Amino acid sequence: MPANRTFEVKALSRVEGEGALYVKLAGDVVEHVELNIYEPPRFYEGFLRGREVREVPDIVARICGICPVAYQMSASHALEKALGIEVSPEIRTLRRLVYCGEWIESHALHVYLLHAPDFLGYESGISLAADHKDAVERGLRMKKIGNELLEILGGRAIHPINVTVGGFHRSPDRERLKALLPDLEWGLQASIDTLALVAAFDFPDWHDEYEFVSLQHPDEYPYNHGQVVSSSGLRIDVEDYEEHFAERHMPQSTALHSVMLPEEKSYLVGPLARLHLCYEQLPPLARRHADNCGIAWPSHNNFHSIVARAIELIAAYEEAIEIVRAYNAEPSPSRAELVLRPGVGCHATEAPRGLLYHRYEVGEDHLIAEAKIVPPTSQNQGQIEADLRQYVPRVTHLDDLAATRRCEHLIRNYDPCISCATHFLTLTLDRGEKGAEADRP
Amino acid sequence: MAAKPKLAVFKFASCDGCQLSLLDAEDELLAVAGAVEIAYFLEARTQTVDGPYDVGIVEGSVTTEHDRQRIRDVRRQCKYLVSIGACATAGGIQALRNWAAVDEFISHVYARPDYISTLATSTPIAEHVTVDFELRGCPINKYQLVELIASLLKGRKPRVPEYSVCVECKRRGTVCVAVAQGVACLGPVTQAGCGAICPSYNRECFGCYGPKEQPNPTSLAAHYAEAGSDKMHLVRLLRNFNAHAPAFRDASDLVESGAASGDATEAP
Ligand code: SF4
Repeated sequence: MPANRTFEVKALSRVEGEGALYVKLAGDVVEHVELNIYEPPRFYEGFLRGREVREVPDIVARICGICPVAYQMSASHALEKALGIEVSPEIRTLRRLVYCGEWIESHALHVYLLHAPDFLGYESGISLAADHKDAVERGLRMKKIGNELLEILGGRAIHPINVTVGGFHRSPDRERLKALLPDLEWGLQASIDTLALVAAFDFPDWHDEYEFVSLQHPDEYPYNHGQVVSSSGLRIDVEDYEEHFAERHMPQSTALHSVMLPEEKSYLVGPLARLHLCYEQLPPLARRHADNCGIAWPSHNNFHSIVARAIELIAAYEEAIEIVRAYNAEPSPSRAELVLRPGVGCHATEAPRGLLYHRYEVGEDHLIAEAKIVPPTSQNQGQIEADLRQYVPRVTHLDDLAATRRCEHLIRNYDPCISCATHFLTLTLDRGEKGAEADRP
Repeated sequence: MAAKPKLAVFKFASCDGCQLSLLDAEDELLAVAGAVEIAYFLEARTQTVDGPYDVGIVEGSVTTEHDRQRIRDVRRQCKYLVSIGACATAGGIQALRNWAAVDEFISHVYARPDYISTLATSTPIAEHVTVDFELRGCPINKYQLVELIASLLKGRKPRVPEYSVCVECKRRGTVCVAVAQGVACLGPVTQAGCGAICPSYNRECFGCYGPKEQPNPTSLAAHYAEAGSDKMHLVRLLRNFNAHAPAFRDASDLVESGAASGDATEAP
């Protein structure tokens, strides 16, 4: 009879938030995989009720310190729809620029400090810097430029204060943005170098017929706008999202876990999904480098997500430069007027980690009556577990430490944001007591 | 060579934004990593070194029974304990549960409330253990964090201002939004540290850095109420990321109950 074996990661590292992983094996057969998101719940949807419309972007930003802009964007758009407010094309463009800043900051952090160490055999970006100082310094500077963009547009990088329903409290300063151009140009070249670096990594051989889901817009790579599409042919307006996707509550988790209906199947959101579904919309330079990076797109190997992030870094820098170059007049007024009325509105935007859906109901008293937020990591959680079920049999020949490291590497493909999913991970590999003894070298 | 001081970063209920501030200090990060031993910092590194630690940095608030135990353990392991951010110093935005029935929040967000174990309150670290220094803000200011680490290494007291956001506004020459636009602004009672960014972006301060030394938010609110602000708007303004900080908490309760009096000693 095959020995039972358990792998466990009690506290996942280099992910945002707190989580654990538990894997139980009977011989080489995976009996149970559990991504345990134990981060304490913070109940945003609960306390948003009774708050004012204009407070929402400031409050939901605090769901995540790494992607606050995504929350501010989805919330602002959803509330504008609830109130019937249209924003000007200038504000629409500036919102894209804010998103460029967040993608740059978040992707550069993940690529250099959190994920590259897995491919190069280091336990952190800090250790990586000891041997590859230039590369890590490049990553840090790329990240810093993203943060500087956010500071100019939003007042500060973490929890910007200038994003509001209807637009911006103050129009972004033209001079300061223009002064950032040389840095943005440096960042564009640095992203191209980043792509060369990561595309040459050694990738595990992996293929999965993922159900990819992202926004898609005919004319642009998706940040704030588009229909929700999937690789199996779903194409819906965001208003129909809840008819096709639902959240389930798993016992092991303080996060909700999304499934695609009617089959209740898992799906994948994030950079690899966007690249899969929106390759045609990449801006020209990003497209050219993606074509020539040595990886055949679309890829079904989620270990390529780090390459997808590097391509999106090029796209974000490329687009930021274009927007800043053309920014010659500060919009006035800086925001559409806020006229309150009861209503319901929903919207999705593309956070660095994937689709982020918000729905709000504004009540008769003009306060928030209902709020619903579906973060990317809850949507990916089922797929992370599905990947692990497929991956674990390949690492069972390794000792516990090596096997769990590999599993963590796979989890980092998703750049999971556990604070967003309300919560992060700890990995347990349950090999059973006997098995564990037998497996020790 | 003398051993480097061991630094540990612990997370409780939070958004990670405050610990991210350390990684956001891009120009200083590698220098800090060289000057101290980053012994425990899960968001940044896999390798961990067991305590005791010379300096423990705590982000987040206490919201579960497990965390109530864990913070005591963390305290025992750290020679010098610093709490960073509004979550750790005041309970954070999640302290809004302190005014509500948590059961109601749980069933509202989660389909299966029986899977969730949580306390009825979100409380700051200092309500559970002795804290040696508190760094305010939602998020903290990364330069203050770097200053804090640098001063700890040198064994001196960190230089962090305790005056109000108003003072920062005046220094940058920002026109007072309360006076010019007639909006209720928490600048007069909020501790400086953010650089008074909100008024410089044409909007009110909403109290990210919590109450300054000896504030009088009740009289400030009374002043705004007299000038025409909606009472419940003022209550909500005080109940943001530092809602559970005693000065803001008590003022919001007084205003809500209608007991706030009209002496306007804190008028901007
Ligand atoms: S204080 Fe604010 S920025 Fe810091 S962890 Fe808490 S919510 Fe995040």
